[in-house]
Amino acid sequence: MDISLQQVEYRYQANTPFETLAIQDVSIDFPSGQYYAIIGHTGSGKSTVLQHLNAILRPTKGIVQIGDRTVTNEKKQKNLKEIRRRVGIVFQFPEHQLFEETVEKDICFGPMNFGVSEEKAKELARKTIKQVGLPEEILSKSPFDLSGGQMRRVAIAGVLAMEPDVLVLDEPTAGLDPRGRREIMEMFYRLHKERNLSTILVTHSMEDAARYADKIVIMHQGRVYKEGTAEEIFASPEGLIELGLDVPEVVRFQQKVEKTFGKKLSKICLTLDELTDEIKELLRGGDRK
Amino acid sequence: MMGKFIIGRYVPADSLLHRMDPRSKLILIFLFVCIVFVANNPVTYGILLLYTFVMAFLSKVPLRFILGGLKPVLWLIVFTFILHLFLTKDGALLFEWGWFEVYEGGVRQGTFISLRFFLLILMTSLLTLTTTPIEITDGLEVLLGPLKKINFPVHELALMMSISLRFIPTLMQETDKIMKAQTARGVDFSSGPLKTRIQAIIPLLVPLFISSFKRAEELAVAMEARGYRGGEGRTKYRQLKWTGLDTVMMLAFVVVTVTLFILRT
Ligand SMILES: Nc1ncnc2c1ncn2[C@@H]1O[C@H](COP(=O)(O)OP(=O)(O)OP(=O)(O)O)[C@@H](O)[C@H]1O
Ligand SMILES: [Mg+2]
Repeated sequence: MDISLQQVEYRYQANTPFETLAIQDVSIDFPSGQYYAIIGHTGSGKSTVLQHLNAILRPTKGIVQIGDRTVTNEKKQKNLKEIRRRVGIVFQFPEHQLFEETVEKDICFGPMNFGVSEEKAKELARKTIKQVGLPEEILSKSPFDLSGGQMRRVAIAGVLAMEPDVLVLDEPTAGLDPRGRREIMEMFYRLHKERNLSTILVTHSMEDAARYADKIVIMHQGRVYKEGTAEEIFASPEGLIELGLDVPEVVRFQQKVEKTFGKKLSKICLTLDELTDEIKELLRGGDRK
Repeated sequence: MMGKFIIGRYVPADSLLHRMDPRSKLILIFLFVCIVFVANNPVTYGILLLYTFVMAFLSKVPLRFILGGLKPVLWLIVFTFILHLFLTKDGALLFEWGWFEVYEGGVRQGTFISLRFFLLILMTSLLTLTTTPIEITDGLEVLLGPLKKINFPVHELALMMSISLRFIPTLMQETDKIMKAQTARGVDFSSGPLKTRIQAIIPLLVPLFISSFKRAEELAVAMEARGYRGGEGRTKYRQLKWTGLDTVMMLAFVVVTVTLFILRT
């Protein structure tokens, strides 16, 4: 399902003294089956953009096109359930949304809201709890007896169980340990590949963005600052550093190498392996360029 | 989703009302609540209405915003009006329709009572809109100070109040966040049959309660960690200062009160 934003503006609490302009003139296309990463400073409007993707927020200006539905400010939308099922959002700190007595019931909650039978929902719960790397026994526990990291995984399972076509992730690994972070990111990437999902990831980790995303969008002060592939984005890291954003360690290291040797490598390396090869080449050939 | 609600909210600005001492504001509100009951004819109600709107104007908070925020309470006011319209059977019969009879006294009574209601709510909202919770609490604590002599827990009460006021907006934000998260999981809060809408409250309330308890606990720990021990011997960073402005406002209020007593029937 293609989703596209066209010149979207959103103001929180419009027409009150508390009005805040969160995003303006944001145009992004999220074509079906692509992995997008959105990066930006805290408060740059990333979460606000995400909430337009399943019509939880209606733009105060501009158009949001979700599949064949058009969402604008004009008229109240009806029957948004179909959109909500097809676009699953894992919110920032999703563990706050758990409420049922058992993990199983909580995971079943989403699918059953969308009309899946109880039996099928339980099956989905068993499947997704394994996907997020938790043992099946946990299904009968109360979600409030779990650790923070386990709660996070349960909440993610609750969204996966809706079997969405588009998976929207708002910093899904914030506050997890490095291994858990890796596991969850890999799991999302596998799902993305296997089911041909569209994935839209908000992250503060440049490494994750560089490793997984087909395209990266940089947000700055409510606007899209830059959009492109990882190579394009990190080709000129100076701009990013000026915005106060990180660049992947590999890119930073490459910069240092280039400065020390006074030479440019032949391409922007995004992984350690690529960089090792390039440096080997540099040390061997020296005067290749 | 609940951005327009204004009860308990503070709007930062630099206006006469914002600059007043919280003590004088609290005294004014208290007296205002009393003199609302003095009014008993159109002229006196007119004066009160005028006074309230002048105050609203002085607060520099847009009137449209204040009135918009009072919408939830508006229903209560309308309901009061209708109740009086049908239940008071004084004066001349204005019209009847089946067994509905509307009397002149009903219209009069309904208008006055709901107007009274409206004025009270508007004035108290003005207090919270222009005074930070901390100021309100400081003011209250000073004003209720004499009660400490009879072992009334003034400081604790003031603290409880300021914490509740402080957390109303936080609670609203939290509600908004959880509503969004559950909406994304297919809950429909705004349409559908009543039964499913009532059921939709559970996925909202449970997380809300849990986070509130957690927050309360964290707050308690944080306060203890910083050595909070209650009112005894505690000094204040913010000193309250009674200025000429407060005196002028008080005098203006006295003038209004005297006028009311002269003009009432
Ligand atoms: N519910 C709200 N009410 C009012 N203003 C809001 C609300 N949510 C966000 N904002 C404002 O909108 C702007 C964008 O916020 P947003 O949450 O989209 O940022 P973000 O990029 O997701 O930040 P973070 O990385 O911290 O999650 C901020 O200036 C914020 O203060
Ligand atoms: Mg965010």
